Amino acid sequence: MWSYLARRVLIGIPTLWAIITVCFFLMRLTPGGPFDSAAPVPPEILANLRARYHLDDPLWQQYLSYLWNLLHWDFGPSFKYKDFTVTELIAQGFPVSFQNGFAAILLAMVIGIPMGIAAALAQNTARDYTVSGIAMTGIVIPNFVMGQLLILIFGVWLKDTAVHLPAGGWNNGAFANRILPVITLALPFVAYLARITRGSMIEVMRANYVRTAKAKGLPFRAVVIHHALKSALTPVVTFLGPATAFILTGSMVVETIFQIPGIGRYFVQGALNRDYTLVMGVTILSAAIMILMNLLVDLLYGVLDPKVRYD
Amino acid sequence: MTDMAAPDVPPASNIGPDAIEGRSLWQDAWRRLMRNKAAVASLIILGLIAFFSVFGPYALAWTYDQIDWDHVEAVPPSLALKHYLGTDSVGRDLLARTLFGGRVSLTVGLLATSVALFIGVTVGAVSGYLGGKVDQLLMRFVDLMYSVPLTFFVIILMVLFGRNFILMFLAIGSVEWLTMARIVRGQTLTLKHREFMEAARASGGSTASILIRHVVPNVLGVVIVYVTLTIPQVILLESFLSFLGLGVQEPMTSWGVLINEGAAELEITPRTLIVPAVFMTATLFCLNFLGDGLRDALDPKDR
Amino acid sequence: MALLDVRNLTVRFDTPDGEVQAVSDLSFTMEKGECLGIVGESGSGKSQTFMAAMGLLADNGRATGDVLFGGANLLTAGEKQLNAIRGNKAAMVFQDHMTSLTPHMKVGRQMAEVLVRHRGLSAAAARDAAIAMLKRVQIPDPERRAAMYPHELSGGLRQRVMIAMSLLCHPELLIADEPTTALDVTVQALILDLIREVKEQDRTSVILITHDLGVVAGLADRVAVMYAGRIVELGDVAQIFAAPQHPYTQGLLACTPRLDDVGKVLKTISGQPPNLQRLPPGCAFAPRCPFKIAACAERPPLRPAAGGGLKACARDDIASINRAAS
Ligand SMILES: Nc1ncnc2c1ncn2[C@@H]1O[C@H](COP(=O)(O)OP(=O)(O)OP(=O)(O)O)[C@@H](O)[C@H]1O
Ligand SMILES: [Mg+2]
Repeated sequence: MWSYLARRVLIGIPTLWAIITVCFFLMRLTPGGPFDSAAPVPPEILANLRARYHLDDPLWQQYLSYLWNLLHWDFGPSFKYKDFTVTELIAQGFPVSFQNGFAAILLAMVIGIPMGIAAALAQNTARDYTVSGIAMTGIVIPNFVMGQLLILIFGVWLKDTAVHLPAGGWNNGAFANRILPVITLALPFVAYLARITRGSMIEVMRANYVRTAKAKGLPFRAVVIHHALKSALTPVVTFLGPATAFILTGSMVVETIFQIPGIGRYFVQGALNRDYTLVMGVTILSAAIMILMNLLVDLLYGVLDPKVRYD
Repeated sequence: MTDMAAPDVPPASNIGPDAIEGRSLWQDAWRRLMRNKAAVASLIILGLIAFFSVFGPYALAWTYDQIDWDHVEAVPPSLALKHYLGTDSVGRDLLARTLFGGRVSLTVGLLATSVALFIGVTVGAVSGYLGGKVDQLLMRFVDLMYSVPLTFFVIILMVLFGRNFILMFLAIGSVEWLTMARIVRGQTLTLKHREFMEAARASGGSTASILIRHVVPNVLGVVIVYVTLTIPQVILLESFLSFLGLGVQEPMTSWGVLINEGAAELEITPRTLIVPAVFMTATLFCLNFLGDGLRDALDPKDR
Repeated sequence: MALLDVRNLTVRFDTPDGEVQAVSDLSFTMEKGECLGIVGESGSGKSQTFMAAMGLLADNGRATGDVLFGGANLLTAGEKQLNAIRGNKAAMVFQDHMTSLTPHMKVGRQMAEVLVRHRGLSAAAARDAAIAMLKRVQIPDPERRAAMYPHELSGGLRQRVMIAMSLLCHPELLIADEPTTALDVTVQALILDLIREVKEQDRTSVILITHDLGVVAGLADRVAVMYAGRIVELGDVAQIFAAPQHPYTQGLLACTPRLDDVGKVLKTISGQPPNLQRLPPGCAFAPRCPFKIAACAERPPLRPAAGGGLKACARDDIASINRAAS
């Protein structure tokens, strides 16, 4: 088990390194530097900027020093937010995104999984169709539409009522400002979780061992909870790993719509402004989290299925 | 003590599944699909949306980028002015824009999915069929790609290489093929040891011809289902990019761009958000229903 | 009163391609302490008959008729009543023994569950009883095995665990579906001995579903031959083996190789098994029957046959033709 963990972490490092390398060279080798698109900059200022960001060094030197700095948790200066380093921006934005993402994924699990189970156990009834309908709706309505709709309803139409909610902004993380973003973030995941849980639960309920459990005279609840649930959750866990990684590193859309200072919005801003270091920093962070979550998923498989061996 | 002798059925071994059985398999699937009301309705609605997106713009009085200089403002729906769904805030016809945006979104959806399909089926079939080192290498690569935050990568690609239309579907297609490759590889592995494959190999077919004539037709079922479910994902990704301002650029438009524009005028003219959103969601709905229907039709035990 | 009384049992499945009638209008009774063999080719409805009786049909299946067991009608009984019977007074061992145990639960606990549920034992007491039962089915080192997960056991062991589990509550009725298929000969013998022991010591009634006529001959008192969801012949084992009254039974017996057949070509019944979606109106076996006559176009009822059994065949001279031929 421990050796497995160690091995997985060791595999993760070259993966991360490969991602960093590809990112770095993609960024540096493409035509058009970060200052091209801006209004004409006096050449001497431009030269200053280039010197400050070491853009005149040979490429391999830039690469090595970037790697070296990364090892020291230094993502370099931001190209656009002149007074900040990328590390500072991430340190500001990540907690915000993490809190929202964590709340959303928790909410999605608490609602989506029971919904899926309820639908599966009443297959082809009104209850099942309702859940499937809700799930499908949640999947096909993009969250930028959903977010706008919620803003329209709670921020605009209900402006003068008690259930009025702020239409955007962060307000230092006031509870009311978090409600709509977290719900918007959670809805598609509620839908996916309900759908995946339903499908796998239906399949497991047809398994021979569930039939055996019924034949033992166990009450239906016990059959579901003790014999079906664990196996049914395997695909759910598979889905949740990358989904959590994605959501924790900030939803670009939701943070953009609600003007939340999370790293998702920094990434979008960075991409629009060609802020290379910022974009790379966020990408590397999210890749690291993705690798971590995939490892977590593999460990969870072992809890759900004794056949999984870590050797 | 032996099993009761099986009654003599013709040995199934020398019948290729794609020959005689094959046709009735597809016929059966089609019949089942036609019995699925949601799938049939989806197919019809999709057909209509596609038809009007392609031909509609020619029939309208206004083009998507034409400003009605007499009314440079949001005009409510009006038959007299031939703005059947009104205009946006600068006087461009909303219906024309939505239909044209649909053309772009659907095209991106189809093209990007084709790219994904091509890469995914090739990698999956080659990997599964050849096995060994090649398989290991390819699947390692797929695993690696899975641990990459792909949305970030598409965005980086879009930023670096300019936001153009061709690049967009190439970028999206080149990240959406992973699951397809895994599915096709799995199917190929199960096919590999079936008799008709051994026969094809024994009679000296080249790898490429065996892959094209025997593997590809037999994985078609799963692939079709997966394609139907990938197209909506791609459309969603495209609209998401466009929404963030990273997708297609003015004067070109797509559903995502329109929704973004509509969102800005949400409080004054919700219509400009709702019209493209309804078209897009309807399309996504239908594609999902169709995909589910196809899966049920092709794999009846998994209802 | 009979222990088990099945009347006009019909099982239908809804499938995307239409309705499948897996069991049609089936009736038989069974006494305490008796062993009834059920034979018939694959797909003849042997398993589904008893799945229906135990309320374990797949979601797309429906059963009609009556299954009376100890004064209760199992087909109309509520969930509660049924659960008090299943695993307790009536137990079933399934055909697919490789996949019939829950993969993520230790086998000892899976067994103990039955006793906790029906006997109200504490977890520890139930575990001890489970281990004792594992010992009884001659599983070596039962304590260690009880702490294992199903995938750590061989197929033979899993099958014995299933049987041990079914015997925990000393059921009045044991339904054993292919208990010996795919096991090696020594394990087969062991399991058959065990079933014989249960039947003789505990006076448990046993329904033995099998493809293997040798097993039936060794263990069953009576045998029911099924074809296309119906019983085509029912009677004493000795009687039926000596003088089968139905052409299908004859075919089955002819197909079974004997030791003195070594070197001869195995006989088979020619033709294909019937399509359960479109059963012919008459005798379902007629298309494959070498003795078919005009009367076979109408469905033959199950009626008394020479020798005291029952048969569903329009002709009365099958046994004599058979004797003349051999
Ligand atoms: N859920 C289901 N849906 C549709 N048809 C089914 C279903 N379950 C069983 N059947 C059909 O019912 C028929 C009888 O099945 P059954 O399992 O009773 O056969 P059997 O006599 O036990 O055969 P075997 O010797 O192979 O176990 C088969 O043709 C089978 O295909
Ligand atoms: Mg069976």
